[in-house]
Amino acid sequence: MSHRSILTTAGVLLFLLAITSLAVGAGDLGFPALLSGELSVDQLQLLFVSRFPRTFAVLLAGAGLAVAGLIMQMLSSNRFVEPSTVGVTESASLGMLAITLLAPATPVFGKMLVAAGFGLLGAGLFMAILARLKLHSGLLVPLVGLILAGIIGAGAQFIAYRFDLMQSLGALMLGDFSMVLAGRYELLWIALGLVALAILFADRFTLAGMGRDVAVGLGLSYGQTVFIGLVLVSLVSAVTMVSVGAIPFVGLVVPNLVSMAVGDNGRKTVPYVALGGAGLVCLCDIIGRVVRAPYEIPVGTTMGVVGAVIFLALLFGRRTAHG
Amino acid sequence: MAEASTLVDRAIGRVHDRNVQPTCTSDGGFAENRTMLLALTALALLAIGLFMTLGARGSWAFVLSYRGTKLAAIVLVGHAIAVSTVLFQTISANRILTPSIMGFDWLYRLLQTALVFSAGAAFTVTIDSVLLFAVETAILVGFACLLYGTLLSSHARDIHRLLLIGFVLGVLFRSLAELMQRLIDPNDFVVLQDLMFASFNTVDVSLLGVAALVIGAATLATARLLPTLDVLALGRDTAISLGIAHRRTTLLVLALCALFVAVSTALVGPVTFFGLLVASLARSLVGSRRHAVMLLAASLCAVIALVGGQTILERGLGYNSALGMVVEFAGGIVFLALLLKKGTA
Repeated sequence: MSHRSILTTAGVLLFLLAITSLAVGAGDLGFPALLSGELSVDQLQLLFVSRFPRTFAVLLAGAGLAVAGLIMQMLSSNRFVEPSTVGVTESASLGMLAITLLAPATPVFGKMLVAAGFGLLGAGLFMAILARLKLHSGLLVPLVGLILAGIIGAGAQFIAYRFDLMQSLGALMLGDFSMVLAGRYELLWIALGLVALAILFADRFTLAGMGRDVAVGLGLSYGQTVFIGLVLVSLVSAVTMVSVGAIPFVGLVVPNLVSMAVGDNGRKTVPYVALGGAGLVCLCDIIGRVVRAPYEIPVGTTMGVVGAVIFLALLFGRRTAHG
Repeated sequence: MAEASTLVDRAIGRVHDRNVQPTCTSDGGFAENRTMLLALTALALLAIGLFMTLGARGSWAFVLSYRGTKLAAIVLVGHAIAVSTVLFQTISANRILTPSIMGFDWLYRLLQTALVFSAGAAFTVTIDSVLLFAVETAILVGFACLLYGTLLSSHARDIHRLLLIGFVLGVLFRSLAELMQRLIDPNDFVVLQDLMFASFNTVDVSLLGVAALVIGAATLATARLLPTLDVLALGRDTAISLGIAHRRTTLLVLALCALFVAVSTALVGPVTFFGLLVASLARSLVGSRRHAVMLLAASLCAVIALVGGQTILERGLGYNSALGMVVEFAGGIVFLALLLKKGTA
């Protein structure tokens, strides 16, 4: 299949998923009503206050997180990393705790920026450790990231425990779309802009992943490129965390699946990864809404199971793990 | 505390034997490490003494029995984690693998959840908690042998892959447990929450007796295996040529590990990095290849760290339930350091 036809197929599939997402829920608005187009006032209100915002939030968060994972993988030239497995997500949660404690009245946007700043520090720490690793075993890198994430997470937990914020931390670390209503998710549109920026910079990230020497030799401003990449990653992580909470593994599994389906092609992969991320999170969210209806299972939990299974399959499947 | 003191007795007994009949002592037996072991024992006793007496007010009978149960649980858990870690490191021929890092703890928690999920809370409430514990432990031992036996033999050469697989398995078990908890009837969930809310501060006391029994038996079994373990540590090929049934012994040791993990997880919940912390500490302190010495030292280190840590956090700082987090934080840093040392070497 040509790239164009694959992209079209992916788009159509995603559209179907989005329609399903619109039609699923406890309220009185199913497929028949949605397709007939004859909606009562109440149904219209339901659609515009709850279903549309939720579906948009799902798609935006999924696309953003998957692309953030891709950037992380390009920069560290390793297939098995993503923001939530290298400590960026945990650092961002630390930032949220800090701003909640020190200046609770800060508007959401400000909190998001603080969280992103902390996330950036976490990402920088990870990259600094990577630079010191002489043995570049493909599997040592994600391992170091996971432990770093664990350490920062334990620190955040301790602070949350000390200042009675355990519940807030729990909500931050477990992605859940059930609270999304019109007026409470719009920050996520930032993710769309970040994805566009990622497409613009994708080729430079790939070069930067080849190491400082190669990148500089090819005329790339290495430090600046890595910095831009990490800023994008931290912003995506922070904006998702503030709006819906952390969703694990999206950024890890989607780029791998896409690379299996269409191969690696620098900048051209980014749209696939964005579509794939949106689709995967949408699917997990729908599953979470359907299996225990009218209750919901948070997307963080379903994604944890689905993502871990795919990750394991990747680990068993590949003999070499170098990107 | 009982099995720790019997271990000490045996340790001293061995030292006497050795004085009568000096044999090869170059591998760091009890004689060379006597000072260190005595110092560790003294420190452990000091920590226990402080834990029992510091800041006590009112009736001593109450204070001693209340703190005594908690102390017994902490000591049991420390011993269980230390021994299971050292054993696991021997059979996997590696010093950074531990049962908890490989996801054992979360496997146990997943089994607990799955049992309530499939049998219903009514069943789990009516059934005796000791019997339930026995069933869960038996299943864990079976599963652990099957899963990790295969993993260890098929991926032994690629340590990073093994570690990463173990880590992700842990995440998968945890997510599956969380998923099942969401699927369970809310009434059943309350029961489950009671079952699983164990932490260092809210020890499941009903299981203390049976836990002590299981740990005692497992420790005895380990003690009988000591010479075999020393040979096993020489590596697979050497061990086989020296007449050890390698595969069978490995599975047996794995089963013992699973027993220890089941007890510690049932009592205080999953603790990822603590085993690694005490095993590396013990290794750096006594530097012995003898399992008798290593196990004793690791066990003592665990008791010192847990009882001492709990005393400082609870009496000194007033953070009653922070021990788990502090242990996780410090252990994670040690693990990272070990990994980087290997990686950059």
